[in-house]
Amino acid sequence: MQKQAIFQSKLLPYALVAPQLAIVLIFFYWPALQAVIQSFLLQDAFGLSSSFVWFDNYIELFKDPAYFAAIVRTFFFSFAIAISSLSFALLLAVMADKPLRGSMLYRTLLIWPYAVAPPVVGVLWIFMLHPSLGVLSRYLRGLGIDWNPLLDGNQAAALVILAAAWKQISYNFLFFLAGLQSIPKSVIEAAAIDGARPMRRFWTVIFPLLSPTIFFLLVINIVYAFFDTFGIIDTMTRGGPGTSTVTLVYKVYSDGLLGGNLGSSAAQSVILMIMVIVLTGIQFRFVERKVTY
Amino acid sequence: MALRHFGAAAAIAVTVGMTASPALAVTEIQWWHAMTGANNDVIVKLANDFNAAQSDYKVIPTYKGNYADTMNAGIAAFRAGNAPHIMQVFEVGTATMMAATGAVKPVYKLMAETGEKFDPKAYLPAITGYYSTSKGEMLSFPFNSSSTVMWVNLDELKKANVEIPKTWPEVFEAGKKLKAAGHDTCGFSGSWVTWVNLEQLSAWHNTPLSSKANGLDGFDTVLEFNGPLQVKHLENLVELQKTKVYDYAGRTNTGEGRFTSGECPIYLTSSAFFGNVKAQAKFAFTAVPMPYYPDVKGAPQNSIIGGASLWVMGGKSADEYKGVAKFLTFLSDTDRQVYIHKASGYLPITKAAYEKAKAEGFYKDQPYLETPLLELTNKEPTENSRGLRLGNMVQLRDVWSEEIEQALAGKKTAKQALDAAVERGNTMLRQFEKTAVK
Repeated sequence: MQKQAIFQSKLLPYALVAPQLAIVLIFFYWPALQAVIQSFLLQDAFGLSSSFVWFDNYIELFKDPAYFAAIVRTFFFSFAIAISSLSFALLLAVMADKPLRGSMLYRTLLIWPYAVAPPVVGVLWIFMLHPSLGVLSRYLRGLGIDWNPLLDGNQAAALVILAAAWKQISYNFLFFLAGLQSIPKSVIEAAAIDGARPMRRFWTVIFPLLSPTIFFLLVINIVYAFFDTFGIIDTMTRGGPGTSTVTLVYKVYSDGLLGGNLGSSAAQSVILMIMVIVLTGIQFRFVERKVTY
Repeated sequence: MALRHFGAAAAIAVTVGMTASPALAVTEIQWWHAMTGANNDVIVKLANDFNAAQSDYKVIPTYKGNYADTMNAGIAAFRAGNAPHIMQVFEVGTATMMAATGAVKPVYKLMAETGEKFDPKAYLPAITGYYSTSKGEMLSFPFNSSSTVMWVNLDELKKANVEIPKTWPEVFEAGKKLKAAGHDTCGFSGSWVTWVNLEQLSAWHNTPLSSKANGLDGFDTVLEFNGPLQVKHLENLVELQKTKVYDYAGRTNTGEGRFTSGECPIYLTSSAFFGNVKAQAKFAFTAVPMPYYPDVKGAPQNSIIGGASLWVMGGKSADEYKGVAKFLTFLSDTDRQVYIHKASGYLPITKAAYEKAKAEGFYKDQPYLETPLLELTNKEPTENSRGLRLGNMVQLRDVWSEEIEQALAGKKTAKQALDAAVERGNTMLRQFEKTAVK
């Protein structure tokens, strides 16, 4: 059998793939390489003086207990955000999948939060839950809860997780709905004829068939929680109170852009990059085994 | 035929281009700023007036986002070899700009080299001190300056039968009375927690925030704000936070709505809050000087400024610098300063402008607009009250806020929190010192 039957010329396939490669190289590998180089330098904000310091930036980071606290916090935030937004979105999708009157309207309403930019999400929730301006805060206080995320770290963390999860629900919902609709009705009907009740049908038939979608969304959600929640944190808490909402990516921003400490910031991005590579590796190596395609 | 037409058209275009070139010889001066709303209008008017007054230079103002955004945009542009001529930088960015020798053109040098008439003594020393070297050489041109004042809701104070407090103990008492009179979520509060309760507090009591004249005399400065005064003040706030006589309102100015809505009748923040108060407050208000501790010797001293100055960027042509210098002279004009002062609520930067506004009776109806000036000029500035020049100031403030928040939340004592703030801040200062151009 001839393997290169499609392309007559040897150059053509390369030429066709070149634009894509160029984009990947310029927009992904080049900045990543820059970050690695920068992480070995000590440089002022204007780039006027720079000296090569080997691993100093990394060593400084690992000597800093606040950095480890931020790592633990980031993992906690990510799982909390992923689990809550995934489970809630699944619940909504299952309900919206039922033949209902006006289901298109529900679906549309459930999808729109995805179009809202993260900082806007932050502002939106702040307006509802700001200790003195917030509408919901008044009710919370009426219930006897001393609601003050400006000083209570746990409340601030809960606020950030809530807002971040809320924003991601629409995206998850969209995929879950598509996944649910692609499950053959005949399988579910067969289970129903066999006498399986709705809950049992869901856990033994629908859920396993949905597992590729769940797995895909789990990866996406964790990456989202790692990288995209920065805008929400910045508008809602700016990392405070104390350091109770400083995540790794927020620290990259505040050290690099606000503090002008580019070396440390770059070192942090490199570590973050490695962490996500490892995390994705683990997911595909172990979690994927439980997934039935 | 078509080709010949094209040739003719091209020839005409070239000729037109050449004849038009004298008009293009107008030197453009890029001015990046962070002013919005009414203050943006002031900037545009200033640029337009300057452009109309002469025909050699054209100042082009561009809004670049908030202060931090504008500064980052300027730094990024400089790294790309594309910096603007004039950049508005907030006061906390001063050390970063100053450390960037070569990236900036000191104003005193610019004025000397271009032969513009320039008398540093014409400007208010309380303002220029912040932007000058220890030898009194002006590095950047002060543009919009403000200071911390205490905003007071006169109606609510009257209702609760409270006099306007002058000292901190009086403020605490007033807060308690106001709470008893129904302000149970907030007797008094303030914005910019570190600016008000560490930086201004220290200067106002002639107490050092850090060594080397708060960093003005060198980047090898060490933080010292964990002294008895600052610890006592924070302890007081922590104690009052428990009953909400004082209620923390966040790190930036997002809590200012608590004053205009009437929730907090006493509120310490920038004098530049004036525009919002005037537009939103439905009650009689005024702004009085910051309170002080009467048992501290020499208090009150003088306050330090907030706001921003104009930095001239390096590496531009002689002709461009000539234009920039002319523009700065234009801004220093007394009438123009009075206009800026009245239109924006920021302080006049020259002595003449202040005198003129006073002579016009400007402060008779609006005495609160003079308050920040009276604070700044209260006494001759000392080593502890000339200003601040700490590297990475934006980030430093975040670290200090973190620690203060932990004290207010009861997780640390006031002393522990301020010790930690000093220690963490010092680490950052050493980091900055390493990268600063020698």
